[in-house]
Parts: sequence; C-alpha cells; structure tokens
Amino acid sequence: MPSYVPWDAEAARAIIVGKQAQPGALMPILQALQDEFGSIHREAEPLIADILNLSRAEVHGVVTFYHDFRQQPAGRHVLKLCRAESCQARGSDALAARAAARLGIAFGDTTADGSVTLEPVYCLGLCSVSPAAMLDGKVVARLDGKKLDALLAEADR
Amino acid sequence: MNGLRIYVPGDAAAVAVGADDVAAAIKAAAARSGTPVDIVRNGSRGLHWLEPMVEVATGQGRIAYGPVAVSDAAAVFKALAANGAKHPLRLGNPEDIPYLKNQTRLTFARCGIVDPRSLDDYCAHGGYKGLSRALTMQAVAVVEEVTQSGLRGRGGAGFPTGIKWKTVADTAAEQKYVVCNADEGDSGTFADRMIMEGDPFVLIEGMTIAGIAVGATQGYVYIRSEYPHAIAVLNEAIAAARKRGMLGKSVGGSPHAFDLEVRVGAGAYVCGEETALLDSLEGKRGMVRAKPPLPAHKGLFGKPTVINNVLSLATIPIILEKGGAFYRDFGMGKSRGTMPIQLAGNIKYPGLYETAFGVTLGELVEDIGGGTATGRPVRAVQVGGPLGAYFPCALFNVPFDYEAFAQADGLIGHGGVVVFDDTVDMAKQARFAMEFCAIESCGKCTPCRVGSTRGVEVIDRIIADRDRAANTALLEDLCNTMKFGSLCALGGFTPYPVMSALTHFPEDFGAPPRLAAAE
Repeated sequence: MPSYVPWDAEAARAIIVGKQAQPGALMPILQALQDEFGSIHREAEPLIADILNLSRAEVHGVVTFYHDFRQQPAGRHVLKLCRAESCQARGSDALAARAAARLGIAFGDTTADGSVTLEPVYCLGLCSVSPAAMLDGKVVARLDGKKLDALLAEADR
Repeated sequence: MNGLRIYVPGDAAAVAVGADDVAAAIKAAAARSGTPVDIVRNGSRGLHWLEPMVEVATGQGRIAYGPVAVSDAAAVFKALAANGAKHPLRLGNPEDIPYLKNQTRLTFARCGIVDPRSLDDYCAHGGYKGLSRALTMQAVAVVEEVTQSGLRGRGGAGFPTGIKWKTVADTAAEQKYVVCNADEGDSGTFADRMIMEGDPFVLIEGMTIAGIAVGATQGYVYIRSEYPHAIAVLNEAIAAARKRGMLGKSVGGSPHAFDLEVRVGAGAYVCGEETALLDSLEGKRGMVRAKPPLPAHKGLFGKPTVINNVLSLATIPIILEKGGAFYRDFGMGKSRGTMPIQLAGNIKYPGLYETAFGVTLGELVEDIGGGTATGRPVRAVQVGGPLGAYFPCALFNVPFDYEAFAQADGLIGHGGVVVFDDTVDMAKQARFAMEFCAIESCGKCTPCRVGSTRGVEVIDRIIADRDRAANTALLEDLCNTMKFGSLCALGGFTPYPVMSALTHFPEDFGAPPRLAAAE
C-alpha cells in the first residue's frame, strides 16, 4: 500500500523548485507531487504556475489531460483492471463486471469506506498472460474469478 | 558470485504470474540445502505460456524448467542443483524448443539470456560492437548503413529510419535530440517492454549511435507509466552506462558527447503519436501537432529531433555491427529484416516471435501459436493494436509485410497479434474501437474528437436494430471522414478495426453473412 503525506505547501515548493531547471519540467513536477501527496492538491496548481511562470490554466490543462493525475486522493488501494482487446479475448469483461459488483462501485469510483479505487487501464503490456491487473503497482496476470477474488480480499485489508 | 547460476525472469509478464515468489522459494530451498546460488533476474525468452521459466547454467548449456509454481520450487531446485536433472517440468535446453529455435533473433538476440543489469554481461554477449564500429566511421556513413539496411519504423508507420536520420543530420542546429518512443500503448504488444526489461543496454547503444550519426547530444526515452519494471531497469542501465563512460561527455573515450534520460508518461494513449509525445515531453498536454514541420526539422523544443520506436533503435546495434546488407538480406519486398511479432489474446502459445518478414498470418496463429487457448475455433485476429484491422481466417494467407497488410486494408502496426475465438461479438469490438478513440482523443481535430463519440452512438443504433441499413451507411461514411480528415493515426486508423469488423463479420451487425466466395 502506498503511503502519502498530507499536503504541505512548503514541501511542495521545495519539490517544484528542485525540478524547475530541467527542460519540460511540468510533468516530472506533477509526478513528484502526486508521488508525495497522493494527488495534485488544488493549491499546487497556482504554486507551480507561479514558479514555472506559466498561467494557472496551462497547469490545470495538463493536470486534467492525463489519466494518471488525480485531483482527489484515491482509496487506500488502487486496483487497475485491463480492459483492452487482448484481455477482452480472455474474458476480462466478465472479470470487470465481477469486480464492480463485489466492490459495489463503478469503474473510476472509490468504495465508501475509502479502501479501494477501481480503475480501467488500457494495456499493461501483459497481453501474453491475459487477463491482467495491477494492484498498487503489483502486476498480476492469468486472472480468473478466484484470483480476482483474492486480489479484492487483499485490497480490502 | 561463484554459486550455481540460476535464472528466474524478472520480466513483468513472468512476475505477474509469480516469478518473484518462485525466485524467493528457490533461494530459500538453496539456503536450506546449503548450496551457494547466484540468482539472475533475466529478461524473458518470450515463451510466455511456460513462464515462470527457470533455467540453470550447466556444463552442457542452459536447462530450463517451466512453468514453475511456488509449490514446485523445492523439487525443481533439487533438479537444478543436480546439473539440470530430470523433473516433470524439465524442458531441456530452451534454445532447442522449436518455438525459439525456429525464430530469427536479431533485435532480441540477447533477451532472456543476459543479466539485464550487467554491462559486463552485455559486452560479453557482443554488446557495444555496433557502437565501436560506428565510432570508426564518418557520421554520414553510419546513416548510410542504416538506410542500406532497409530498416523501417517499427512503431507502426514503417517510415525508413535512415531517411529520417539523414533529414536530422542534414539540418544544422546548435542542439539536436534523439527521442525514443517507448509509449507502447497498443493492446497485444509488449516487445518494447520486453527489450527494455531484458536487454536495456541494446536500446542505450542504439540511441547513442543515433546521437553520433545525427549530431545529437541528448536523448530522452519516453516510457509509459504502465511499465514500472521497464522504467526501473532502464534507469539502472543508464546509470551503469554513465558510470562506465558509455554515456556522458566522452562516449567510450571518443570525442562524442551523448547522455540519456528517462521521462515517464501519464496514461495518455495518444502520446504514442510522435508529435503528441514531443508536446508531453515539453511539459504540455499531449496534443498532436500538424505536420509540417516534421520533427526532423522542428521537434523537441523546436530543435531537429530523431524520434524512433524502441524496436527500431534496439535494432541499430546489430545493423552497425554486421552491416546494413546483413540485415537487408532477411525479409520480403520492401519489408527488410526481422519483426519481433507478439502473439497474444486467446492463443495457445503466446509470446514473442521474432522472424523475417513474409511469414503468413495463418502460420503465426495456427502453426506457431497453436490456435486458441480455449480450444474453440479462431474467429478473428486483430493485428496492430487497437487501431489495427480484424482479420477473418479467410485472410490467413496474407504475409506479414507492410505493403501486403495495407493491401488487405490492415496494418502490421507494432506487430501485435490478438486472437479471438468464436465467442467474440464483432459489433461489440467495433463499438469498443470507437469508444477507446473517444476516451483517448486529444481533442485537437474534429473528425477524431466528435467522430468517435458519434461512432459509438451509430454502432449502438445498429446493435439495437434501429434503421440498420441507413445507420450502417452512415457508419461507413463517418469512417471515411475520420480516415481522411483526422490529424493523426488515432482518429485516422480507428476506422480500420470498425470497417474490418463490418466488412468481414456483417452477420454480427444484423446483415447477411458474407459469402465464402466473396472473400
């Protein structure tokens, strides 16, 4: 389970300043902030804009363009199920329905107790061992109902 | 380091089916028996139905066992320790397994064999011979060698790599860049991931040669965030190469400077398109740029940039080592050399199959791949990722070749082959293609941004049997608009899966089936 620290503007400033000199710094900065705090806090955007001399709209535009960046923190665990073609050919649609039903949430949502966020992913490059999933960065493949249930149980802890 | 040398792949596909646990169990079994072992986390050989495939180095070559479960580890270790002795999972020398033996491994020559984290192991297996030769040549001769090889962009577009390099080499600028497109987002493809995890130095060497050939001193590898294992291995390899002076101010003691940095994507499929990737590297939204200007003239930060796929760059070292003519001698027509083909989806023997161009789709799916994993009949095969066409069995005679696939209204793309059995609903697959395009569209051009959403709606109406004939005609018209009016391949190629599904499997769209004679 990833651990994040609460938002801290001074710590964030230090991260931004530490990376601002590299060419095309915005993406690495956003990634570093999300790694530290778990999401891109609303106060981060004006801070980045100020330090990188960008408009706030430019920063917001980048944050919202990429699927990876979160404006709200995810659940304690993030379960990504591959929904792309190779996994479809091995029955991932049924597994996706099973996961959503067991958790009682739709893809993109987090369970009410904040334990699990369920997300689609379009290919983990594990197409030769489909269907595949990733739980908190750990890859799991040749999924079936039983293995999925074990993953869900692990995520529920 | 003089213990029994055991190989347990650290490749993400092997890890996803338990390789880390197997490695730990073997280590524990070795400790219990007091046998010193040296466990190497190699790349995968690409025989993925056998993963986790464990190997031991013996006096008679390597002996493999697989697929090894944690529960097998203790017994397998006993066999490994007894000089590769008998065990029900014993496969013999992996290089004698026909699936591997019948391949022509040029790009993947070392993958699965070497320790991906060891520069010494890389050099012991022929690494850096290509760069050594390139350093003795004029830059223009290096570019010429690549042109002579006939190598074409392995990312999918198939543009001649040498021509791209020449354009950058001929453009004067204070700063030039080499960018590696490692945003391998196509479902059914995993060759970029495998080579970065299994033989990262070959990519570093290829990019270094590119830098020297075109006069670029800085390179970036843009890897998708979905590949954490590849990111880790490549970062380690770059650090090792830099430490040994193979990257930096004086590459291998030469007057050439070249350094590399990994940049990580953030989950946008469209960033696999080269100009969107460049915008993303610059810290912007991954929006597609209109061409011209070409990246070769105005690329990263407005400077001349070579942007190539992982496989193209990873093939450069062998071309420089053995010469363009050696590479060109493989293949057919205008498709020269070999293609690392990826067999995936519902297939009995999934994995990486590198072979000369010209092998037919039927040979790949039936003979090499063994048909479906479920044992049901093959119905459709999607080649080239989510933007590739669906082929029916009637087109299994099409040879793997850029032109032949284009002629059959398809594309080879990045070489991914995804097999579906007869339970597949092709209208659903066509709908998914449009839906995926709608999710991933960068939004810059209307045919892609709006067309994909309208496409989902039209297919929904066809599926619901609402005015089918008129809606099918509308879908065809919409596909035509997207194909010719979109700025990049996302909107432009989404019609391939849609139209191929409609053309070859009309019965799934409520129309009469196509007559066999018409195929």
